[in-house]
Amino acid sequence: MTDSILLPLPAAVAVHLRLYVTSGSARSQVAESNLRRLPGADSPEWRLEVIDLRLHPELAAQDQIIAIPTLVRALPKPTLRIVGDLSDSRRVLRCLGLVASAVPVTPGA
Amino acid sequence: MPVTIKKTPTGIDGLDEVLLGGVPAGRITLVCGSAGCGKSLMALQFLSHGALHCQEPGVLVSFEESAPACIANGASIGIHLQELLDQQLLVIDQVEPAAGAEFIGEYDLEGLFVRLDHAISKVHARRVVLDTPEALVGARWEPALVRSEFHRLFSALRQRGVTALVTGEQGIRALTRFGLEEYIADCVISLRQEVNLGSMSRLLQIVKYRGSSHGTNVYPFLIGDEGFSVSPITSLNLDYPAPSERISSGVEDLDDLFGASPAERGIFRGSTVLISGSVGSGKSSLAAAWTEALANAGKRVLYMSFEESPAQIIRNMRSINIQLAPLVERRLLEIRSLRPSALGLEAHLSAMKAECVALEPDLVVVDPLTAFQEFGPQLQARSLLARYFDFLKLRSITGIFLALLDPEEGNHSAVSSLIDTWIHLAFHAAHGERNRLLTVLKSRGTPCSNQQREFELSSQGIRLLPTYRGADGLVTGTARAVQEHRDREEAMRLRDAVSAQQGRLARQRALMEAQLEVTRATLQDGVDDLVAELRRTESTLASFGSGQTVAAQHRSMGSRVEVVAPSPPLPTEPTS
Repeated sequence: MTDSILLPLPAAVAVHLRLYVTSGSARSQVAESNLRRLPGADSPEWRLEVIDLRLHPELAAQDQIIAIPTLVRALPKPTLRIVGDLSDSRRVLRCLGLVASAVPVTPGA
Repeated sequence: MPVTIKKTPTGIDGLDEVLLGGVPAGRITLVCGSAGCGKSLMALQFLSHGALHCQEPGVLVSFEESAPACIANGASIGIHLQELLDQQLLVIDQVEPAAGAEFIGEYDLEGLFVRLDHAISKVHARRVVLDTPEALVGARWEPALVRSEFHRLFSALRQRGVTALVTGEQGIRALTRFGLEEYIADCVISLRQEVNLGSMSRLLQIVKYRGSSHGTNVYPFLIGDEGFSVSPITSLNLDYPAPSERISSGVEDLDDLFGASPAERGIFRGSTVLISGSVGSGKSSLAAAWTEALANAGKRVLYMSFEESPAQIIRNMRSINIQLAPLVERRLLEIRSLRPSALGLEAHLSAMKAECVALEPDLVVVDPLTAFQEFGPQLQARSLLARYFDFLKLRSITGIFLALLDPEEGNHSAVSSLIDTWIHLAFHAAHGERNRLLTVLKSRGTPCSNQQREFELSSQGIRLLPTYRGADGLVTGTARAVQEHRDREEAMRLRDAVSAQQGRLARQRALMEAQLEVTRATLQDGVDDLVAELRRTESTLASFGSGQTVAAQHRSMGSRVEVVAPSPPLPTEPTS
């Protein structure tokens, strides 16, 4: 869990993912660990945020969250959403447009 | 023992009466119907009423429309959601179900729960509207999951004790597309639209109300610029004022039909008058005469015609010496002409109400009422009328409605119960003519005449003639003129006969009296002769020197004869 959502992002960040969860939900925990296990998740170019809607309920409406868990790809643009516990990491990477080599798909890469 | 459940008023005109108080408090009511049938507007009114009048702030979770769109929808029926938002009496949360998501793995709709919870806490909401949550099913969400989550959502709402209204789209074989009614069993209201001969009317029915009885009919409802209103025809508020002031019809003799004394002439101000009659019977002319009389007395008249243009009405009425043009110029008369089919039922009602509010007329003429049948089925048309009559009554505006109908044919109890005075114009056909007859069929609160009158339209204006009954029954028109002439001659003949007989009687009397005089004179002469003879005889007898006593007896006898003989036939005076 982090409260860093309000901090400005370092310019180096190429992948910014926000995971919306509710504390105390097993499915949320599964999603969070699935997210953190994604290849490249520990890369300094990645920024992962886990937002607990129990603590920030106002963000649910603001970010149009209906389901829990929901992963939002804030960067690269455009914004994408993945609903579910992210149990299929291959599909997750494909949906996020990130190849299995854990390197962001950017024109310069 | 029946358990009375607590109810929450919706604030919707008429609906609370049908629901016998409102929707179940702390429970969920499903409002279902097809697109555009008014579900959302009903929900908005429910929220607005709670926030403004019941200290019950609300939450609107909109699954289909954005907050600005909801605010605009509300404004169209006079609900100002922005004000409620500003006063922290309302939260609008738009849920975008199809926000371009991918689905990987398991999920639930906890996000929605969090949002709803947050919104409820923010304004301490007591009322919640979910408009239309089924939109989620339409998006790419797992239907089975959405269903089970709905179930959980509704339980959560009940647990929070908020009164909720959930809208649902009409299904093909079920009340809602996804069977929401299976979860929301407390109260189900169904709305629908019917198009009849090109006119749309709206209908409402309470399908189910657990723990409470309710009106079971199909009720027409209207969505006007003052909101959503349901017409439970049988329970219109009968609490309008009853002015005792009378107003003249402009037709002298007609006023007399409502009462004999000067104070009783004419109809009551604010009453509802129906003028019925067949084609060309003079309904419009009578209404125009009424219009002219009132406007000339300084009253304002609104004449709504569904058949003729203002210019045509003015021209036609001029032919019977009813001058409307100067009244229009003096702004005492407004003539509005419109096609009945140009607007739907509710649009008409709103338009007529708006005209009345703008013009503040003393009299409204609707020519003809029967045009309303074109609006839709009788039930709706009648409900529209009832509402309009009520509207006029509450403002003490006199209403004159013209109708092409025959009171002898069909059942008019529906219309009749709504009106105060019913004047019928009929034709009486005989002797190759059709002449007009006027009858006051009823007039509440007046000792109205039972007499039929002949109703005459001429270049002089309108005239009522007393009915004429000849040996062959009622006669009108030329036959009436012929009969009148015949009767005049007969009267003259009789008058002549009477004077002739009177002359004969006088002559006879004179003759008899003369004869009587002669007889009397003859009698007197005879008596005088006899008395003279008696005197002579007595004196002769006295000269014979008889006794005194005898002579006295004879004298008294003689005087008795004298008294009796000439007595004329005078009335005897009372003795003693």
